[in-house]
Amino acid sequence: MKRVVALLMENQPGALSRVVGLFSQRGYNIESLIVAPTDDPSLSRLTMVTEGDAKAVEQITKQLNKLIDVVKVVDLSEEEFIGRELLLIKLRATKDLKTKIEDSRGEIVFESEEIINVQFVGSSDEVDVFLSSLSKDEILEIARSGLSGVSASEKLLTI
Amino acid sequence: MAIEKLSGADALMRSLKEEGVELIFGYPGGASLHIYDALFNQEDIEHILVRHEQGAVHAADGYARACGKPGVVFVTSGPGATNAITGLATAYMDSIPVVVISGQVKSHLIGTDSFQETDMIGVSRPIVKHSFLAQRAEDIPEIVKKAFHIATTGRPGPVVIDIPKDVSEPSYTFDFSYPEEVDIRSYKPVEEGHSGQIRRAAKLILKSEKPVIYTGGGVIQDEASEELTQLAKMLNFPVTNTLMGLGAYPGTDEQFIGMLGMHGTYQANMVMHECDLILAVGARFDDRITNEPKKFSLNSKKIHIDIDPASLSKIIDVDVPIVGSAKTCLSQLIKELERRSSDYDSSKLDPWWKQINEWRDKHGLNHSMLDTPPKNGKILPQQVIQSLYKESKGKAYVTSDVGQHQMFAAQYYHFDSPRQWINSGGLGTMGFGLPAAMGVQLAFPDADVACVTGEGSIQMCIQELSTCLQYGLPIKIINLNNSALGMVKQWQDMQYGGRHSQSTYGESLPDFVKLSESYGHVGIKVEDFNDLEGAMKECLSMKDRLVFLDVVIDEEEHVYPMLEAGMEMSAMWLDKDKKTWE
Ligand SMILES: Cc1ncc(C[n+]2csc(CCOP(=O)(O)OP(=O)(O)O)c2C)c(N)n1
Ligand SMILES: [Mg+2]
Repeated sequence: MKRVVALLMENQPGALSRVVGLFSQRGYNIESLIVAPTDDPSLSRLTMVTEGDAKAVEQITKQLNKLIDVVKVVDLSEEEFIGRELLLIKLRATKDLKTKIEDSRGEIVFESEEIINVQFVGSSDEVDVFLSSLSKDEILEIARSGLSGVSASEKLLTI
Repeated sequence: MAIEKLSGADALMRSLKEEGVELIFGYPGGASLHIYDALFNQEDIEHILVRHEQGAVHAADGYARACGKPGVVFVTSGPGATNAITGLATAYMDSIPVVVISGQVKSHLIGTDSFQETDMIGVSRPIVKHSFLAQRAEDIPEIVKKAFHIATTGRPGPVVIDIPKDVSEPSYTFDFSYPEEVDIRSYKPVEEGHSGQIRRAAKLILKSEKPVIYTGGGVIQDEASEELTQLAKMLNFPVTNTLMGLGAYPGTDEQFIGMLGMHGTYQANMVMHECDLILAVGARFDDRITNEPKKFSLNSKKIHIDIDPASLSKIIDVDVPIVGSAKTCLSQLIKELERRSSDYDSSKLDPWWKQINEWRDKHGLNHSMLDTPPKNGKILPQQVIQSLYKESKGKAYVTSDVGQHQMFAAQYYHFDSPRQWINSGGLGTMGFGLPAAMGVQLAFPDADVACVTGEGSIQMCIQELSTCLQYGLPIKIINLNNSALGMVKQWQDMQYGGRHSQSTYGESLPDFVKLSESYGHVGIKVEDFNDLEGAMKECLSMKDRLVFLDVVIDEEEHVYPMLEAGMEMSAMWLDKDKKTWE
């Protein structure tokens, strides 16, 4: 089962490599990982998608919590949460493409005669659906951000 | 207080002094020259020059295990740092507080493949509790403070401080002050157990009719032996210790049923399999204990106390997990039991004890093998340990290497005190024994320190014999010489049709007596059983000399009991052709 783990860690050199290293060291998979500083510049927030049953994810969160640089960890997928991905996609400009994109909530951010650059924001499933609405010949390049998330409830991941 | 201007290197030495460090094990080199000069210019801290950085870390580790204070190591960059890696991994697996301070190339050279550059932070990352790269001299006091705090609290472990050469540069000084406190917002180990969980545990304990207390290194690290003994005595529960936990409960006490696990006693493994309650404290249900986890002690309730939340229900699901320090949680449990147990009658355990004693009588270890001279004249390894036990009156600190000799030492020397038995249980590092013994001897100069080793293991850090001469360390090396990598050979006997692939040395073993003599020590060789007692006495009587007692033992001897892989804990080999199953 897919699990989404979010954490706050010290925004310090070495911290990210410890988190990533833990995954390879303990044999866990990372499907996607996204990280950036928060409004508090001393902290970074990291969201990752991993595969595993409840027990495996409990181990992962415990092991992450043990890292000195990690301040707080939550398993977002334990409850309802909002997960979003940013998709940037470069397309070969064709005749009806623009209407098709606009119909599926894609936003054109740059265009020339040859290409159209599109951004799309949505859940991972929505991104998948959007992508499958395009044909292979139209797609030149894809950049997916990986999933970022917050819990749907009043629970906060802050310190 | 007058403000002092200190360089990074001097600040390091002062910070270590502030931490109460008295001893450093190390080996100098280019990147740590400033640090070594600062060491030279102070008098509070002594430095032990080892002969290989692996030895430095093992020695610091042995020191920490023996006296409970963190061990400190200096190494240089590059090869100095990489040589320390095996020592770090050893300390990490056994949760030992060690602080390794490595020199690094100058900051501006980092990342340029400069001479003797190794990414120490990166290389050591999976085998340290934490690490620091000192980027400015001013940061050193706080880093040292944090490093010692992290190494020694919670579940202890090794910490690395990597110091680029320019950061220890003498010409740059700053106003030194040492922080009085540390506060790491992301690191707050929980000491006290959850009171509701303690109550649930107490209920299970009082209900149990076939209980066992199973404890590991955590009880020793946390100085919780007294509490453990008190609890076991008040309940009349049997106690078993892991390889890492021996000595936490007195080995000669009636309630002690021996070590458990791979080479545990018959009764301890049977008790684990048949019990209705396991109280696990500071132990982690690792694979050398449980055998096949799916078949592990299926009819018992399990209470697990551990300082590391990640150890709880990692391998075996437990009914009552309790996060907290062994010492605090055990005292809480004792209080809770005292409150409840007015009508507790331990005589309900009589049938259980009767069963345990039957097991013990049937297949327990024979601790009187010295009384029976071996039929073929060859000394048995068990006899050597029993002789060591007898002649040292059970009071020696015993370090060990890895192999059959280690298991014989664990099985046959009764450890009555915590910290008395010192071995690499988690990583199983051959070469640990001698340098670890140096650390122990330095912590307790007047104690008898014996290193029980094998001719394979001792050659992995044999160079430290030279260190022992320099610092006058009168260690007693008890070499169980079976002319083979005995433990490997045993597995080959049992599982590979006796094909001894690369587990013997031909005629290439050194003459250990001459070797010891050339290092300036005393060597004694024993081959005849009738000489064993006299030689052991002689060896232990030389209080101020290192003695290398090379005992030629029966090469055919195997370690038993031995758990059969893939099965439950009651499936044991009892000797070469006797097994408990089928
Ligand atoms: C550094 C290292 N390399 C390899 C091993 C694997 N190993 C475990 S026991 C053993 C044999 C040890 O031989 P010896 O020290 O003579 O002890 P004996 O088993 O003969 O008593 C070996 C090679 C190890 N534990 N450590
Ligand atoms: Mg051997």
